[in-house]
Amino acid sequence: MSGCDQCALAGVLPPAPTADPGRPRLIAIVGPPNSGKSTLFNRLTGLRQKVANYPGVTVEKRLGRARLEDGHEVALVDLPGIYSLSPRSEDEQVAHDVLAGTMPDFPRPDAVLLILDSTNLGRHLMLAAPILALGLPTMIVLNMADDLRKRGGEVDAESLTKQLGAPVVLASAAQDQGLEPVWRFLTECGAAPSPVDLPALQDVPRCHAWAARLGRHAAYQPPAPPIWTRRLDSILLHALWGPVIFCLVVVVVFQSIFSWARPLMNGVQWLIAWSGAWVGSLVPNTWARSLLVDGVWTGVGSVLVFLPQILLLFLFIGILEDSGYLARAALIADRTMARVGLQGKSFIPLLSAYACAVPAVLATRTIENQRDRIATILVAPFMTCAARLPVYTLIIAAFLPERPVLGPLLGTRAAAMLGLYALGFLAAFATARVLKSSILKSERTPFVLEMPPYRRPTLASLGLRLLDRAKIFLRRAGTVILAMAVVLWIVAHLPLSAGKVPPIERSLAGTLGRTVEPVIRPLGFNWKIGVGLITSLAAREVIVGTLGTIYGMEPDAKSRGLQAALRSDLTPGGAVALLVFFAFAMQCMSTIAVVRRETGSWKWPLVQFSYMTTLAWCGAFLANRIVTALA
Amino acid sequence: MQANVIRRRAPASLAELRKGEQGILDRLDLPEDVSRRLMELGFVPGSPVVAALSAPGGDPRVFRVDGSEIALRHDTAVRLKLRPAASAAAN
Repeated sequence: MSGCDQCALAGVLPPAPTADPGRPRLIAIVGPPNSGKSTLFNRLTGLRQKVANYPGVTVEKRLGRARLEDGHEVALVDLPGIYSLSPRSEDEQVAHDVLAGTMPDFPRPDAVLLILDSTNLGRHLMLAAPILALGLPTMIVLNMADDLRKRGGEVDAESLTKQLGAPVVLASAAQDQGLEPVWRFLTECGAAPSPVDLPALQDVPRCHAWAARLGRHAAYQPPAPPIWTRRLDSILLHALWGPVIFCLVVVVVFQSIFSWARPLMNGVQWLIAWSGAWVGSLVPNTWARSLLVDGVWTGVGSVLVFLPQILLLFLFIGILEDSGYLARAALIADRTMARVGLQGKSFIPLLSAYACAVPAVLATRTIENQRDRIATILVAPFMTCAARLPVYTLIIAAFLPERPVLGPLLGTRAAAMLGLYALGFLAAFATARVLKSSILKSERTPFVLEMPPYRRPTLASLGLRLLDRAKIFLRRAGTVILAMAVVLWIVAHLPLSAGKVPPIERSLAGTLGRTVEPVIRPLGFNWKIGVGLITSLAAREVIVGTLGTIYGMEPDAKSRGLQAALRSDLTPGGAVALLVFFAFAMQCMSTIAVVRRETGSWKWPLVQFSYMTTLAWCGAFLANRIVTALA
Repeated sequence: MQANVIRRRAPASLAELRKGEQGILDRLDLPEDVSRRLMELGFVPGSPVVAALSAPGGDPRVFRVDGSEIALRHDTAVRLKLRPAASAAAN
């Protein structure tokens, strides 16, 4: 056959197994998107999983261990969903490099589990050609067999096994049916495949014809169209009801992260305060207690408070994604998002950013197009996140008297708040436009969105997702944020004067505040605000506590004392400038850390931080000038 | 014959298909890497494609091909050319 040079080559490739007897066997799980690959991975590994990124790229590395009957363990790697092995996208590059054994610091897998959707075999079988050509022991799992049978389809797995020279089994990972041969394969792996023929891999129409011929020989009967999916789509993509339901879903997600998460967040806050007090009572009243309680506990606690919100958000995203609605939502939102150069899949992440940019950045994983994903990550922190609210509330309450604007419906303060939301929104979309028409102009990859059939989300998969996100978030809180909290405590408490903690203006933080004062004076800020800006690099709302400490007032956004102190110390121009500064600046190390993690390098977080800070400075400068001139 | 006169011009690309209408894909008028990607998704010349639902406003639109449903934007759909009606009917 035309592709026989490929098979010959495949035989020559080194079969990695047993090269290192100490290492457990590594098996790669490969498959197209929506083939149920991750479901199988979860089924085989359970909770024994670890998620990280491949070095230097945004692609997630999912590793796990499966315990075999004989007590041994095998390592599994869940590769990103791919349509082919020709490396054109970052996902395909990673899959290709891992399977070819050229991924740095990553062993070549000893065997491959290829997962295909049995209800969509015509197209999915094409991927078998490049995978079998690798020459690694391969088992092909035709997943969703229950769905295939239910919808009247069938296929002769025996015949495919013969034609492909590799074991082919029908299974349902979601229902845990037919997985016995898969477990046996994990134990034994078997020999390299010996397919009857393989097509030339570069020729897609020929691969397509090859796959069709395989299917014909195996008496593949495609299933009837999914009736329920068609019925649901006729409502959910209805010209009128579609957008209405879409808006309802958006409102529910928004409401959940704003209101329903509130009691949980209060609970976490209470728990942190209570445990902090308890820990404090265990340590003698020295600098150690202050470091532990005021530094570590309060610092890490101020970030942990967002955990319920983040989990709730991911619960909703998980339900939307697993059920198949996310693809429909992206379809509906696409035209609007396209106006600024983004696409439908950017919508949910940007919506999430109203709660917190961290989950928003994580949620961009559903965007396959790398440039669109980076652009979404870069603009997400402009959305008005929950951490900005305490700052906005304090400044607005201090400087803006409450007067009705639209009768009893809208007061001046609410109007100012809405204005700040609009400001962030405009900055995000203007930035997206600029990015997408310059450095992140889309490659020629067209917008392609697969509409998977609707499925019922399973509790196990939702639970695993939440666990994953919680782990990522907590690991960060325990490392970067912990370190930053300690640093901030130190600069606020040193150098000691006569063996005592200095007043804040003479601490390192105060010195830093005075050092940056010349830079921020044009914005109408004094050194005290400067200290606040520095400490709020940890998280925006920290400035409220800092200002409280500096002015010696109760650090509460509603505190009248702090409001009065600010009013007498800051001009109206400076106050507006401060609001504008916080609307634009990337004052959040959690976001910086997560962008670093998700984009795989320091380049993007640095670009983003510089851009947002510059914009914040310029915006605040203008605001200060304009307000001062008007007043 | 009469029916032919009344009938509109045969759809030349996926973008011109009406909802529920089928056409036979003839060629992909796109750069090679892009058309390869679309072919991997099932848009192979000679395949029947059916236009299905769309987003409000008609763009993007869902197409049924090779057992799956895939949404494309209008600017991509116009580049996927259909076989002339006569040969499509012959199929």
